[in-house]
Amino acid sequence: MSEPNLAPRIPDALSERRLIELRREAETKGTINTKGVRPGGAPFPMASPETGYYGIPLLKEPAWTWEIPLYFFVGGAAGAAAVVGAIADYTGADRKLVRDARWIAAAGSVLSPALLIADLGRPSRFLKMLRVFKPQSPMSVGAWTLVGFSAGASATAFAQFLGDRYGSSFPVRVMERAGQAASLAFGLPFSNYTGVLIGATAIPAWNANAGDLPMHFGMSGLSAAVGMLELMGNRRSRALEMLGIGAALFECWEGLRIETRRQSGLDPLKYGPSGTLTRAGGVLSGPVPAALRLISLFTGARNSSSLRKTAAASAIAGSLLTRIAWIYAGHVSARDWRIPLGISSQT
Amino acid sequence: MAITAFLTDSTLCIGCKACEVACKEWNNVGEDGLEWSGFSYDNTGAVGASTWRHVKFVEQTPEPGFGGNAPELNSWSFSSDVCKHCENAGCLEACPTGAIVRTEFGGVFIQPDICNGCGYCVVSCPFGVVERNPDDGRAFKCTFCYDRQKVGLKPACAKACPTESIKFGEIEQLRGEAEKRVASLVGRGMKDVQFYDASDSSVGGTHAMFIVRGDPRSYNLPPKPQVPTVYMKKAWRSSALGALLLLGGTIAAFLADGNRNGR
Repeated sequence: MSEPNLAPRIPDALSERRLIELRREAETKGTINTKGVRPGGAPFPMASPETGYYGIPLLKEPAWTWEIPLYFFVGGAAGAAAVVGAIADYTGADRKLVRDARWIAAAGSVLSPALLIADLGRPSRFLKMLRVFKPQSPMSVGAWTLVGFSAGASATAFAQFLGDRYGSSFPVRVMERAGQAASLAFGLPFSNYTGVLIGATAIPAWNANAGDLPMHFGMSGLSAAVGMLELMGNRRSRALEMLGIGAALFECWEGLRIETRRQSGLDPLKYGPSGTLTRAGGVLSGPVPAALRLISLFTGARNSSSLRKTAAASAIAGSLLTRIAWIYAGHVSARDWRIPLGISSQT
Repeated sequence: MAITAFLTDSTLCIGCKACEVACKEWNNVGEDGLEWSGFSYDNTGAVGASTWRHVKFVEQTPEPGFGGNAPELNSWSFSSDVCKHCENAGCLEACPTGAIVRTEFGGVFIQPDICNGCGYCVVSCPFGVVERNPDDGRAFKCTFCYDRQKVGLKPACAKACPTESIKFGEIEQLRGEAEKRVASLVGRGMKDVQFYDASDSSVGGTHAMFIVRGDPRSYNLPPKPQVPTVYMKKAWRSSALGALLLLGGTIAAFLADGNRNGR
């Protein structure tokens, strides 16, 4: 801020012209449009059925911190990896693939509760989730699914470790079988329940997609799991290739669905920074890996491995970006007072 | 135990904010910053973790011939907002810990010693009432003065209200009173008076009812609030389909894979 000039000032043509200009503006417009004279929002806003209560958001924004979208990503990938690992084991696929899938699931089963606890603030708060089981609360169902999944996936990986290190024995085999069955059973809902979690809320951009989000998140998780397995070296597996193509095509369709549906509640997914992020996530999850994988499949090229590696990396990044974008879109959507008031927005 | 309710009559509200102060004092809720919003005399904005009662100052286009307003002056009404204590409460359904319960008086109450701060109630409230306290992470909202009701007292806001704009009592009785009040106001020429209790939506009615002038949307009262459980069926169906697709797709992919080794 500059010091006020206390020396007497000599009026000149310029200063007088400015004063007349101010007077004219005040006379004609009723207000002066200059820094410092306008209180926030002046001229005083009015409440109306078209503008709501001064455009103050009706809904509260999600209170979740950065751990939650990351948890959505980790949980989705881990759940799908457990399913892939179990089926691969049951159908007698390559042992390395089975082992890698188990490690991904186990890593996710450790990381997931850690992320949730970080969001809640302290470990004892997570235990409160296990006071009751409430089928009508997706958060409660999810917490119990996570516990079942974590137990199963970590037991499987531990048995795997014991078997590799000390040789297989009956108790180890029992733990491996039981853990794997549990991680398969819980992995299926674990890979996509987060879609239910945000779909069944009051946030318009989320609940408008309640019927699609779980499948979308599940396929995104599968895409990430396949990508991780491929980056870990399982690039010869035909099955992974098929799963990767399937998941990427599903994500293409999902992107198309979001882009073509006309509904004002979906604006945060299409416009503004949250729309850009959603699109970026969608392109990296859908068209990019789909194209790379199809090229690799049909050309049978020598560089198939590097194509699949790129597709895998793109799918993983896309899966993570997609979750971040959906949470971000939820924030933007909660700020829009028009949707819950039934006022259609113009874009 | 009588099922109780609030009836907040904005035609009687004088915007004194005694309810806000009474609520904060009785419940020991801290102040939440003093900032000029530029929105009439409302510098709080909305109910939240630290504002359980909130007076809205609604400046609307003139309604000539009412209340002695000069035709060019805005009509100005006040309305004290509060948690709606829904019949089908989104927050209560969503709470994974069982911290949010329905009290014997019909209100929705968050037990602070059980709340673990998961924040799911925040996104499940169709009225945007519940909020996480940024300092300790738990969710807070109007308790319907459960402690006072238990010993037979009125909630603090209703007791402090100088004009009986905030009425408290047995719910059916208040509904009857509201009906009579609306009829009487309309009879006196206040044709734009409306009763709001969201009973025609999936929320199934509220324990905080309102009489407002003009469109409830001007008061940020949603015309069709939806309890999020209505989306549950669709979402779980998609989840089941997704799980089937994942399982079926994985089985098919691995069975079709000719390069299987092992067994």
